[in-house]
Amino acid sequence: MSEPVIRTQGLSKTYGPVQAVAEVDLDVREGDVYGFLGANGSGKTTTVRMLLGLVLATAGTIEVLGRSMPSAASSVLPRLGALVEGPGAYPHLSGRANLVLFDAAARRGGLGRARRRARTNEVLEQVGLDPADSRPVKTYSLGMRQRLGLAAALMRRPPLLVLDEPTNGLDPQGIRDMRELMLGLNRDGTTIFFSSHLLTEVEQMCTRVGVLDRGRLVLQEDLATLRAPTGRFVVRTPDVGPAVSLLDGRVERRTPDGVVVRAEDPAALNAALVQAGVRVSGLTPLSHTLEEIVLAASEQR
Amino acid sequence: MIRVEVAKLLRRPRTWVTILALNALPTVVAILLVLTDLGPRPGTGPPFLSAVLSDGTLFPLAALGIVLPLFLPVAVAVVGGDSIAGEVATDTLRYLLVRPVSRLHLLVAKLVSVIVFVALATLVVGLVGYLEGRFLLGTKQVAGGVVSVSGTTLTQHQMVGRSALAFCFVALAMLGVAAIAVLLSTLTDSSIAAALGTIGFLIASTVLLGLDAADSIKPYLLTRYWLAFVDLFRDPIRWTDVVHGVLAQLAYLVVFAGAAWANFATKDINS
Repeated sequence: MSEPVIRTQGLSKTYGPVQAVAEVDLDVREGDVYGFLGANGSGKTTTVRMLLGLVLATAGTIEVLGRSMPSAASSVLPRLGALVEGPGAYPHLSGRANLVLFDAAARRGGLGRARRRARTNEVLEQVGLDPADSRPVKTYSLGMRQRLGLAAALMRRPPLLVLDEPTNGLDPQGIRDMRELMLGLNRDGTTIFFSSHLLTEVEQMCTRVGVLDRGRLVLQEDLATLRAPTGRFVVRTPDVGPAVSLLDGRVERRTPDGVVVRAEDPAALNAALVQAGVRVSGLTPLSHTLEEIVLAASEQR
Repeated sequence: MIRVEVAKLLRRPRTWVTILALNALPTVVAILLVLTDLGPRPGTGPPFLSAVLSDGTLFPLAALGIVLPLFLPVAVAVVGGDSIAGEVATDTLRYLLVRPVSRLHLLVAKLVSVIVFVALATLVVGLVGYLEGRFLLGTKQVAGGVVSVSGTTLTQHQMVGRSALAFCFVALAMLGVAAIAVLLSTLTDSSIAAALGTIGFLIASTVLLGLDAADSIKPYLLTRYWLAFVDLFRDPIRWTDVVHGVLAQLAYLVVFAGAAWANFATKDINS
């Protein structure tokens, strides 16, 4: 099994009487694209802020890149790129100047002056911004600011990206660019932990999901496992009655135009049906959508 | 980090607008003096102002005396109040901290940049005051030197040295205001609230200074020794109030910067 990159145990945060995050045990491994799902207000951002040492946990332990947070923040954070709840930049400076300033602000792990220049051009191009653009950030659209925020996160080629709602405020093209960029970085070995409230987004990109519901982690699993074949098949047929009597005992439920059946071999199932004179117009394996899985996990509470 | 903060300060248009505004009042005073030729009687009005009509080289000190009681501290309150709260407003605080910049370094860098602002502002006020005094006001320099506050004569050489001391004293006198502003800036997400709160401290101190019943706490008030820079132009220099003033400011710095650190070090950054 690959190395754990983010690991929390019993992570909790209370604000006065409100329990924002309760006993969350995250487990993100090297190479993952980890989708951290949850409705707005479920505690995602608080959790992300605790991982980054911005908010101090009430209880529990956090390990990021093998070191404990926030005590080892000065050695962990230089190896991590973050985008937290919307981008931030000095409005009167250009995007370039902002990147340079942020990198120069870090006491350790900052790039040298010459490398900083080169790297600034690289990351700006990577996120689709024009390195020659000298307009101040206050003239940028939200999408451009988001790209700039991602560029800042990428400055040091971090092995781990922590992105909170990275596609917020982007137009469809921007969302696609962002997705492709993230997947490309992941192919090159970057572990990505990102939060979202959009199921489809997570479904399209992730290798692993965690679902937060009212501060609790109700599900954490590889996406492939979640969507593994269920051993059930959807048979579409106009002859529902004969089909039910033939497959008696194995029918899970009826649908308007067919049945859902437990079976081991779809080929054998199909042959049996056809031999019995049941017309089959469709036969598909049944797998759960992420939405069903998330709803089921949330309802169990 | 300190270099970056100072660079940020200098690249901000607002810094220069503030400094420009600081120079407006002494300039208006200089112009009015020239047009009317009516100086305040000796011993009244801002320090040194009565003398500038005959000797324009004293105008930098007069300008300092004009901005010191209100204009300069208000400018410091604005810049200091913006230090942390301003980073919250631009959404940049969290990105600085995850870069990472340690919270202590950030706070120290902010405080240093406010002090750099004070030094820069007083320097520009002095420079503009010198130019205005030189070209607008009296050029009737008393042969052999300037008459000190005590009535004796100070040589040109002594005057330069003492003026330098005076500018240093004024810069130090703003330490307390800077520390209070930075503390308030860590407590609120609004730069304006932090600046106004700091100005509240100034007003409270000024009110208490005028109250006889407050005699016992006067030596500890923020603004008590500010005008002690005049004592640097007595002959010999009367150090008591100058030294007390500097010590009081250092005490304010330690207490309020310490409180700022105590608050900021463990604060949840939810902005």
